[in-house]
Amino acid sequence: MSPAWNDAAGEFEPISAPDYLPPEQLGRVQLQRLQATVRLAHERVELHRKRMDEKGVRPEDIRAMEDIAKLPFTIKTDLRDAYPFGLFAADMGEVVRVHASSGTTGKPTVVAYTQEDVDVWASVMVRTFACCGLHSGDIIQNAYGYGLFTGGLGAHYGAEALGATVIPISGGNTDRQIMVMKDFGVTAICCTPSYFLFILERAEELGVDITQLPLRAGVFGAEPWTEEMRRRVEAETDGTVKAYDIYGLSEIIGPGVASECRAQDGLHIFEDHFYPEIINPRTGEPLADGEEGELVLTTLSKKAMPMLRYRTRDITSIYTEPCPCGRTVRRIRRISRRTDDMFIIRGVNVFPSQVEAALLAVEGTLPHYQILLSREKGLDQMQVQVEVTPEFFSDRVRELEDLQARLGHALENTLSLRVGVRLVEPHTIERSMGKAKRVIDKRND
Amino acid sequence: MKIHQLSLFLENQPGHLSKACRVLADAEVNLLTMSVADTQQFGILRLIVKEWEKARDVLQKAGFVVKVTEVVALEAEDHPGGLADMLDAIEADGINIEYMYAFTFRFGDKAVLVFRFDDPDTAVAALQARGLGVISSVELYSRSE
Repeated sequence: MSPAWNDAAGEFEPISAPDYLPPEQLGRVQLQRLQATVRLAHERVELHRKRMDEKGVRPEDIRAMEDIAKLPFTIKTDLRDAYPFGLFAADMGEVVRVHASSGTTGKPTVVAYTQEDVDVWASVMVRTFACCGLHSGDIIQNAYGYGLFTGGLGAHYGAEALGATVIPISGGNTDRQIMVMKDFGVTAICCTPSYFLFILERAEELGVDITQLPLRAGVFGAEPWTEEMRRRVEAETDGTVKAYDIYGLSEIIGPGVASECRAQDGLHIFEDHFYPEIINPRTGEPLADGEEGELVLTTLSKKAMPMLRYRTRDITSIYTEPCPCGRTVRRIRRISRRTDDMFIIRGVNVFPSQVEAALLAVEGTLPHYQILLSREKGLDQMQVQVEVTPEFFSDRVRELEDLQARLGHALENTLSLRVGVRLVEPHTIERSMGKAKRVIDKRND
Repeated sequence: MKIHQLSLFLENQPGHLSKACRVLADAEVNLLTMSVADTQQFGILRLIVKEWEKARDVLQKAGFVVKVTEVVALEAEDHPGGLADMLDAIEADGINIEYMYAFTFRFGDKAVLVFRFDDPDTAVAALQARGLGVISSVELYSRSE
């Protein structure tokens, strides 16, 4: 039986208490934890010690939170260079779990957890689920991949700690996902937003009406997505499924770094464990709250693998306005682009999110699309392939050519770049089980 | 007096047309006539079949985007000038033809043509008023058997 307050409030969990700390109190917790983390990193991890020594920073120089800017950055390649266990601060006897990123380019990056880390992880995932309005009694279909990827087990332990029923179905086998969703009375699903759109598409083909199921929340993360995708999910389910954005990365802990609440306006960052900064990605200079730049995170309680000023390459801003949900921890704007998503074509910086905005402006909903980069006679070419939807298909050539031209103009206006548009048949752009592959770069093939 | 036409979006690539035809063949749907409008990058396959609802469903199930539009079948005298006379009559009424194509069979001693008009209802009324032979779907399908 779930406690009455839990059913009534739906959102408050005792474990969520740190989300409501007064800022001064939170600040004291953060400083204490930062100092301990810096001491641990300096003492136990050669890379952090070496970098701090090079900058002439000693652990005792950290006297206030602002002093964090004195610390060196850590970047993705540092983890790769330290493969496999070079950044561990704990003895293997204390490490109870490792995860690793898929090493699409060379070696994977390995991350470690002590039992305490695993417990903290579960607690921040409980806080995430509470943010999404879930509680004991919910039936959570966890379609994040189980295994070395942090998504599956991270969400799993959090769902159990919440007291919910977790279905560890993992990713893939969409027909089975739909069957389980229907037959088990699933109330929430965890997966990437693009995979959920794929599930919706398949459910329609199978004649399963998602709006008639008890499903009411989607806990979506592991890829950047947009407000338009949220609208599409919520429109296609007639508003029966609320789409929540969650944020995390394995280098910091996995899912559970930040989450949207019922206000669905920015993600609360669990900053008693993960301290956020925004920097200018070019100069590394810290930026003030409200300014947009690269998110940098420092772990405040990680024991197996403390991380100092990790450059996430995610672009966002921090904002401090009070949230209607009552949480006092700060929010970051939803992340729709990354410094490394950006590609440069004929000297112009392009983000896939800009392409989405242009397509959306023409069609009203976001079609499936893919960006193809190629090189012809030494010149970069960009083509956007757009699947033809039943709404926009016509038996008249003129109307399709007109659609093609309008898409081309919208892209040209947004990007200041002439872009080829190609209409393709539905279902021809590969649907991903995990992250949507939006850009195919064949320029160096 | 109108006839249902199915239109399919096709990429202008080898194998795409045959795939659509194979889907219809497997469903034992017989094509009465068809035409392909093509551009450099894509094509639109237009089909007239008797069992258009079944054809639409199997094509959609196979992943095609299918649109159903109403077209008009007209019979023309099968001799030089037969079509020209008919077009003159249509133009005289200021009716705009989006596109047209022909049936593969004759209707008695007449040729049968498919017309796509902007506004098929107005077109049918005007054509009938001029005594042009508009063929109903019932006639057309029974003729094709």
